[in-house]
This record gives sequence, C-alpha cells and structure tokens, in this order.
Amino acid sequence: MIKRIKIGTGSCGVAAGADEVFDFFSENIKDIELVEVGCIGHCYAEPIIEVETDKGSIFYEKVEPKKEFLEKILNLENSSRLQVGGNRTKKEFLKVTELAGKIDPVSYDEYKSNSGYNGLAKALLMKPEEVVEQVKISGLRGRGGGGFPTGLKWSFLAAQKDEEKVLICNADEGDPGAFMDRSMMESVPHQVMEGMLIAAHATGASSIFIYVRAEYPLAIKNLKIAIEDIIKYKINHINGRKIFIKIKEGAGAFVCGEETAMINSLEGKRGTPRFRPPFPTDKGYKGHPTLINNVETFANIPIILREGGTKYAKLGTKNSKGTKLFALAGDLKYSGLVEVPMGITIGEIVYEIGGAVKGEVKAVQIGGPSGGCIPAEHFDTPVDYDSLTSLGAIMGSGGLIVIGNNRCMVETARYFLDFTARESCGKCTFCRIGTTRMLETLERITAGDGCEEDITFLQDLGDKIKKGSLCGLGQTAPNPVISTIRYYKDEYLRHVNEKQCNALECNALVDVFIDKENCIECGLCIKNCPIDAISDDFIVDNSKCTRCNSCIEVCPKNTISRIPGGGISE
Amino acid sequence: MPEKMLLKEMEKDQSNLIRALQSVQENEGFVSDERLKDISNYFSIPPVEVEGVISFYAQFKRTKPGKYIISVCDGTACHIKGANLISNWISDELGIKDGETDSEDLFTLETVACLGCCSLAPVIAINGKVYGNLERKSLLKILRKFKKEA
Ligand SMILES: Cc1cc2nc3c(=O)[nH]c(=O)nc-3n(C[C@H](O)[C@H](O)[C@H](O)COP(=O)(O)O)c2cc1C
Ligand code: FES
Repeated sequence: MIKRIKIGTGSCGVAAGADEVFDFFSENIKDIELVEVGCIGHCYAEPIIEVETDKGSIFYEKVEPKKEFLEKILNLENSSRLQVGGNRTKKEFLKVTELAGKIDPVSYDEYKSNSGYNGLAKALLMKPEEVVEQVKISGLRGRGGGGFPTGLKWSFLAAQKDEEKVLICNADEGDPGAFMDRSMMESVPHQVMEGMLIAAHATGASSIFIYVRAEYPLAIKNLKIAIEDIIKYKINHINGRKIFIKIKEGAGAFVCGEETAMINSLEGKRGTPRFRPPFPTDKGYKGHPTLINNVETFANIPIILREGGTKYAKLGTKNSKGTKLFALAGDLKYSGLVEVPMGITIGEIVYEIGGAVKGEVKAVQIGGPSGGCIPAEHFDTPVDYDSLTSLGAIMGSGGLIVIGNNRCMVETARYFLDFTARESCGKCTFCRIGTTRMLETLERITAGDGCEEDITFLQDLGDKIKKGSLCGLGQTAPNPVISTIRYYKDEYLRHVNEKQCNALECNALVDVFIDKENCIECGLCIKNCPIDAISDDFIVDNSKCTRCNSCIEVCPKNTISRIPGGGISE
Repeated sequence: MPEKMLLKEMEKDQSNLIRALQSVQENEGFVSDERLKDISNYFSIPPVEVEGVISFYAQFKRTKPGKYIISVCDGTACHIKGANLISNWISDELGIKDGETDSEDLFTLETVACLGCCSLAPVIAINGKVYGNLERKSLLKILRKFKKEA
C-alpha cells in the first residue's frame, strides 16, 4: 500500500524538471499525499520520486510528467526504479545527510519526530563549557576548507566577556563547482539551525547571522521558513536569552567567503579582508567577538551532541574525524552529493561511488580555486586533511571534479587563474597584479605563444604571490597552477615546444576536419555553421572557423572532429 | 514606489546598505543613478562610497538588463563540460556577447560562477530558473521557446 509520494524538488531536481513533474502529479493524484523533499544526493538520476509503502520505500529515477510514468509508479512497477550505481550503498556513510531528501525540509514537526532538536535539548541540560568539551572530544574540524578544530574555536569565543557575541554561518559556498552547503540548507535547514543554536548556548552568543550566497534562492527560502518556526516555537530562547537570527544575502564576491571579508560585507562595506590580529573571535562584527563556521560544520553539531563526542570520534582517521560531504561532478557517471567516512580513498569515491571508468580518468580537482589536482596514480590516497595537503591539494570545502583524459590541464589551470584574478579584491599588490600576470602567461601558453621560461616564471611568481598576500585567496591562488605543473609538466612542455594540446581543447592549437570518406553530404554542418566557414564541397576554412563545435554536434555520422593543427590566428 | 517603502522600513544602518541595493535591483532590475542617490541620502553615505560598494559586488547592475537574463554557469564542473561552447552558441543564436543586451532589450547574457547544480553540468539559468544537462540541441530549443514567447 502506498503511504505517500515524495518528489525531490531541490535545485538540482528542479533543474532536471522536477517542478513540472510535481505539478503534473498533483493534478492527477487525488487521494495520496504528495510531498516536496530536498535532495538525496543522487543528482544523476533526477527527477527522483520516492514511493513510501508499508513495505518500505521504492525510488524511481528520471521521472517524466506523463501518464505512463504516473501509472508505472502507482502500480509499483519494476522499470525506471532508481539503480544505485557501483558500490555506493556500501561505501557511503550517511550521518550528516541522513535526513536529507527524506523529510519535508520545512516541516518543523517532521524534523522533530526524527530526533530533531534532541541535540539542542541535550546541550541545554549541560553547562556551556561541557558542550564545548564534547565538540573538542569529537575531533570535528572546520568543513569550510581550513580544517581548524571547531571546539577550540568555540572556546575562544566562550572566553570573551563582551555582552554581545556574534555567530556567523558561512554559507557563501564560493568554490565554483561545489554544492554541499546548498543541498544541506535546502534539504535540512533545521539541522543547520540546530547546530547554530547549540553553538549559541556553548559560546554565549547573542546574535546569529547566516551569510548565504545570492545564487541560492531556494536555500534562502527554506531557511527563512525554518527560522519562522524557530521563533514561533521559541526555540531561540536559550537560558533566558532570546537569540537574534538574521539571514544576509551575499552579492556575488568570492572573497567574501573569507572570514574578515565576510564581516566587512555584513557591515555593508566592500568585502575586502582585514589584517589579523585582531582575530574575529576577539574583535569581529561591529567590534564584537565573532565566530564563523561553515554550514556543514554546524550540521555536524546536533549529531555530536546526540551521540556524544566520544562515539563521534570513533569514525574517521587519527586527525580527521567523522564524515565529509563531497559534491561529485565532472567526467563520471553518477554525479551528486556523497557523504563518506574520513579515510576513504579518492579512488573509492571516483570509481566505486562515482562510477567513473578506470583508465578514462586523468585526475580529480579538489578544493576549487584554492586547491589542486590529484592524478589518478595517487587515487589510493585517503581523504583526510593531512594526506591531501601533502599531495599539494587541500580538503577544501568538498568540491570534487573528475577530470577525464580528454581535458587539458593547462587550460584547467588557466580557468582557475582567470577566476582568482577576477575575484581578487585588489588590496594586495601581489595578489592583484600577480594573478593577472600568471593568467596572461597561461593564456599565452594555451594560445601557442608560450616558451619554456614561462613555466619557471609561473612557479617563481606563484611562490611570491603566496608570500605576499594577506588572505587565503592570494595565498592559495597559485595552487592550481603549481599542482598541474608538478604532475603534468609534459602537457605544459608540449604546448610551449610543439604547440600542441594533447586533449585538443585549446582552440588555438586545433583545426576542425571533415572526414569526406564517411560524409553523407547531408549539409547539416553547413546549415548550422554560424559564420559560413564550411564550403559547398564540405571543406572547413580553418582560418575563418571559430571552433564553436556546432558542426561536430549536428553531424549525424560523427565525421567531423578536432585535429592537431595550426589553430585560430587571433 | 514600493522600494521607497522598503527603504523606509530599514534601519538607517550601513549594515543594511547591501540589502537596500538588492531590493532596488529586485524591483527595477538595476540600480539607476537616481536610486543610488536616494540610497546615499537615506543612509547618509556619500554616493562615491555607495558606488564603491556596488562596483565591488558582481551581482549589482548599473544598466538596465533585458527582459530575460541568461546566466551561463562557468563554474568548474560546467567549464569542464563545455561552458564556453554553450556561451558561444547562445551568442551565435541571439547575436549578443557576454555582458551585452540585445537591441530589443529582450535578452541579457552574463556569465556566473556556479549555480550549485554542478551535477547537471553544463547548466544555464534564465531569470533564475535553471536548465541542466544541456547540449546544443536542447539549448537552442529553450532559447527559441523564449524568443517565441517574447
Ligand atoms: C577566499 C576564501 C574563500 C572562502 N570561501 C569559503 C566559503 O565559501 N565557505 C566556507 O565555509 N568557508 C570559506 N572560506 C574559509 C573561511 O574563511 C573560514 O575558514 C571558514 O568559514 C571557517 O569555518 P569552519 O571552521 O567551520 O570551516 C574561504 C576562505 C578564503 C580565504
Ligand atoms: S559548476 Fe555550473 S552549476 Fe556548479
């Protein structure tokens, strides 16, 4: 018997068409309850529907707003059931995301009936210092990238005597290619809020700000509803104090993810970083002691309180406890949000969970613009803060992009420098001008105008930028370049010496070629070429061609391809 | 004017400046010279300083955008999956480049860094609605649908 039907309408679901599915189902189903839930992490299969029956749940994938689908689901047919790829079920360990996608995100009652706010209740029976102690024992380290021990940070704020202390939830999620925090806020906003309220009790904070990036409208909406309930049910009344809670929307600046820049931004100023010391826990928002933690860090807190720090610390490695969320994307089969125990290897994530094919993967990029690449040869490396750092990458916040053999590493490095050069706030000369010079050099190389000295120059300048920058943006900006030179120097050398791009990605180093032997002369390429670069007898004028790939995409016989060549002259 | 009301509701504290600019942009699509002056007066912050804040944040627009804002994601996942091809195909179809608005004020093309739907890369958003798993064909279909509706 069907109890109710859940539709995943997180941002990823909606992008795949879940809204249309929801509308269609709600029009056509009358007697079964239909609920919108967040994301269960299997984004590759969106839109996903879960049918709750008295014998357990059945998941359907790639659901379409059609009668046949509706019937299939109501009859609990076998086809279109969600096929969980690879070894995912065995390798994952759902702790922080246990409720994500399973409960109505904005229902206070549903969260509560799934042990929600039990952690807070337990904390309130403890003295603040005892709560801090539990977090210390758990070994939890910040999930926003730096990996600073959370309990220790809390003890700094707790020690402050100021009347007003401020907590900030860093929900800026600046890594372009990461969505863990978005998914948590959309799917289990109450869990994030519970973590913050526990922190308010432990540290004596009186105000809570959640700084969410503006690109996340659904996260903001769900958080707002959760906060309304928190105020309605007076959950923000802690030891006789009423905690002030406010959401602040970011306005599109990567550097605002850095703590001191975020404080400036919250104060309504340009989001440039400040000198440290004073550290935010001494002097932060409007001069008050301020503590900043990441969304996922806060989402771990209720669990630590519920099961106790000692039990929490049993999972993971010596210096990295608990689980980590990763946003898996790129060249793999099963992209999505995964939660794995610390200590799992990169290979297990990429191959067994992500379903990527061995031999087709060149590397993973981890840690975004501050991180680096880890080549496939090193995929036996365990996921923990220290092992990743020793390879020249970082844990980062959880963006994990799989890079296939057909991607150019020089181009990947150029991409990240283009990002950091644009996002540099301009305060430090080395960061502002240094990243621009690095970008220009990389552009020269991908355009086929580089020389070997350029590579040494990049390494040398990278070193100086790291030393000469005030905040983490500049201090880590050269990492993607340094790490690709470390592991893929041969690709750099081929670009500068032979003017060739192995991956045939760099437009300036490739030509487009029609294999006339197999061409059926259907004319689609000619019709779709935006600049008429293909002649009537199917020859590409490579001096005109912009390498837009339109012809390659439309060719029904796959006879058009990119080949090593003279490239575009710009 | 609704945004005036919104302004009035706000405490005259600089920490509300960004919110004020956002609400103006929500209502009018961009921050005009006139609104900039209003805000400057309201918070008693010199216009240059307000302009400084506006120019710092990528979100704010100082010129009127088209009816449909197309945001092409160029986050890491989308980049790897061919975001620049997507961007080129849009340019070819609509005749506008990154940052431009067409002559009929219909489409504005912009590039953003990650819409948080990386698992469906490459993605674009049109007025906030995200379209994922794009190929040239599906992209053109979406664009043509919007063209027709307009
Ligand atoms: C340029 C830059 C961008 C950052 N972006 C983020 C971000 O988007 N989200 C985040 O949680 N931390 C970000 N951080 C790290 C924060 O400064 C800070 O270390 C973190 O929020 C602390 O929380 P945690 O200890 O819970 O990780 C960024 C740091 C730098 C230098
Ligand atoms: S990289 Fe495009 S949505 Fe994240």
